[in-house]
Amino acid sequence: MVVPVHYYLGLSLALFTLGAIGVLIRRNILIILMCIEMMLNAVNLAFIGFADAFKAIDGQIFVFFVMTVAAAEVAVGLALVIAIYRNRATVYVDDLNILKW
Amino acid sequence: MHFIPYVWLIPVFPLVGFVINGLLGKSMSKGKVGAVGTLSVGLSFALSVAVFLEFLKLPAEARPVEVVVYNWLTSGSFSVNVAFLVDPLSLVMLLVVSGVSTLIHLYSTGYMHDDPGFPRFFAYLNLFVCFMLILVGANNFLMMFVGWEGVGLCSYLLIGYWYEKKSASDAGKKAFVVNRVGDYGFLLGMFVIFWTFGTLNFREVFAQAAQYPVGSAVITAATLLLFVGATGKSAQIPLYTWLPDAMEGPTPVSALIHAATMVTAGVYMVARCSALYVQAPTSLAVVAVIGCATAIFAASMGTCQFDIKRILAYSTVSQLGYMFLACGVGAFVSGIFHLMTHAFFKALLFLGAGSVSHALAGELDIRLMGNLRHKIPITYWTFLIATLAIAGIFPFAGFFSKDEILMYALINGNVWLWLTATVAACITAFYMFRAVYMVFFGKSRVPHHVEHHIHESPPSMTIPLMALAFLSVVGGWINFPIIPGAQKFHEFLSPAITPLGHEAHLAVSAELGLMAFSMAVAALGIYIAYKFYLVSPEIPGWLAEKFPVIYDVVYHKYYVDEIYDYLIVEPVKVGSTLLWTEVDDKVVDGAVNGSAGVVAWLSEHLRRLETGFVQNYAMAIVLGVTLVVGYLLG
Repeated sequence: MVVPVHYYLGLSLALFTLGAIGVLIRRNILIILMCIEMMLNAVNLAFIGFADAFKAIDGQIFVFFVMTVAAAEVAVGLALVIAIYRNRATVYVDDLNILKW
Repeated sequence: MHFIPYVWLIPVFPLVGFVINGLLGKSMSKGKVGAVGTLSVGLSFALSVAVFLEFLKLPAEARPVEVVVYNWLTSGSFSVNVAFLVDPLSLVMLLVVSGVSTLIHLYSTGYMHDDPGFPRFFAYLNLFVCFMLILVGANNFLMMFVGWEGVGLCSYLLIGYWYEKKSASDAGKKAFVVNRVGDYGFLLGMFVIFWTFGTLNFREVFAQAAQYPVGSAVITAATLLLFVGATGKSAQIPLYTWLPDAMEGPTPVSALIHAATMVTAGVYMVARCSALYVQAPTSLAVVAVIGCATAIFAASMGTCQFDIKRILAYSTVSQLGYMFLACGVGAFVSGIFHLMTHAFFKALLFLGAGSVSHALAGELDIRLMGNLRHKIPITYWTFLIATLAIAGIFPFAGFFSKDEILMYALINGNVWLWLTATVAACITAFYMFRAVYMVFFGKSRVPHHVEHHIHESPPSMTIPLMALAFLSVVGGWINFPIIPGAQKFHEFLSPAITPLGHEAHLAVSAELGLMAFSMAVAALGIYIAYKFYLVSPEIPGWLAEKFPVIYDVVYHKYYVDEIYDYLIVEPVKVGSTLLWTEVDDKVVDGAVNGSAGVVAWLSEHLRRLETGFVQNYAMAIVLGVTLVVGYLLG
């Protein structure tokens, strides 16, 4: 059975939107990082869907790159979060306002 | 050895003196400063003499000589050179200016000896001489103007030399501002000349002007505007008020700048432009009337002054009036002749007055002098010679020049000019002898503590006095009237002057009669002074009581200063204050502060958009992307 491409795209869109909203409205850095991961994976899903629909290998290759970048990003991001937490004892972006005038 | 090509060095010597004294004077001894100042001007005089002697040997067709130093500016067909015109007129002026300056510099080494600003004084004095020599040596209007402004600047600096004194710095400012009014006229006159003739070179302008019909409007306008400049610089009605106040400066300055040289610049300029003035009868009439009016007006003010330098100041204004009267009736040579003799005797009078005040510890009020003739004999004799010269007594220098002016006023002018000038001559003799009698004769009114300090001045001061006294005696003989061939000055100078169309001459008997008459008039003035101030000193007081209004008006110099204050100075002040508080403070500052205020208000509100939360910016990006993508897809 072949899953039609718009199913993939619909799911991808829903995941991406949820992720974006999460990035925009949540105040906890950890949640924000997780939402970013969710947006990246929504994109991955779209790549897979198109690769399957057009019978092209490029989309699947791209997914590996994205996953690599995402892994690196999480590593750096979590390190930053830990560093911030050690300095400021908080993970809420509202409190990280020392650059604000 | 040819000297004429080096004529440009004449103003350079004092300039070098100025630079040395101005930059290094403080670390030099007073003797050296004085030597640098005096020698630099002395060198100019020596070179002037050398140039003069060489010029005399030139054949008539080789005269005059123009010495171009370099091309100053060129714009299209218009070009101005830094160049010197060597002709009889400029030579006479160069000799008089550098010669009298040398004597006065020498005198200053003695007179200013105890002044702390000694080097500064000599620096200014040298700078003045430099500019004055540029003024008289120039071959074009623009360079003359450079000298004209330069001497004005030095005059300001030297009047306000004792700037700690409020009255001195005020007098300096007054002189400068009043002169600016005149200079503006000069500048406009120069523009008219350039606009009409396309050049500023004297000889080119005069050659072209000769092609114009007599009385043409442009030439009349140009000459009148130039004369406005002359009234400022040479202290004529209505711009004479600065000169009496200029007496706040040191006495050598009054002698050099405000009697012998700078104030005669206007007369020199009118004589230099004789070719223009003879083309404009209206301007000549104006010059004559202003000169004549100034002569009698200033003379009358001199009669009631008690400050010896102010008496001399008013007499200077009056004598300058004579010179303009001479120019106005077309007797330019006589005007320059009087300029020269006046330079000798008026410099002598001022230096004599300085010597008197030196003896009396700085006193200038003639009411606190008297009977000084035995105590300071050299000063007395030289002062007396100068007074006889200015009163016009034969055979002193002033007699010849003044008599010529009176004669030409009668021949070329009219009876009224002559009569006014003659009355002014009588008043001159009166107030000058009033000063002599009050200073040197009668009972001593010197305060007791000053009395036993009275001493004759040092040789550095008396030598210039004697030299000038000698010139005041013989200076007039170079233009001896009546005897044929004895009018050397006239012969020498006339190629440089454009005469009026008609050259009238009086019969010898009439000329002799006029001389006898003017002598009698002068003698009358002296007699009245003798009667009033020596025989019965109560008369002046009695007269003052009898005619209080007249006395009051004359004593207060006809209230001219007050009238000018009321009519010009005060309105300008009120207008400026209004512009300051209303226009500048409110409109100009309001606009500047207002624009800054608008920006501040806007930023105060716009700054709230910048929250500092990255999420808010991310939200803006997402919304933006959504809108753009939606637009592109839809």
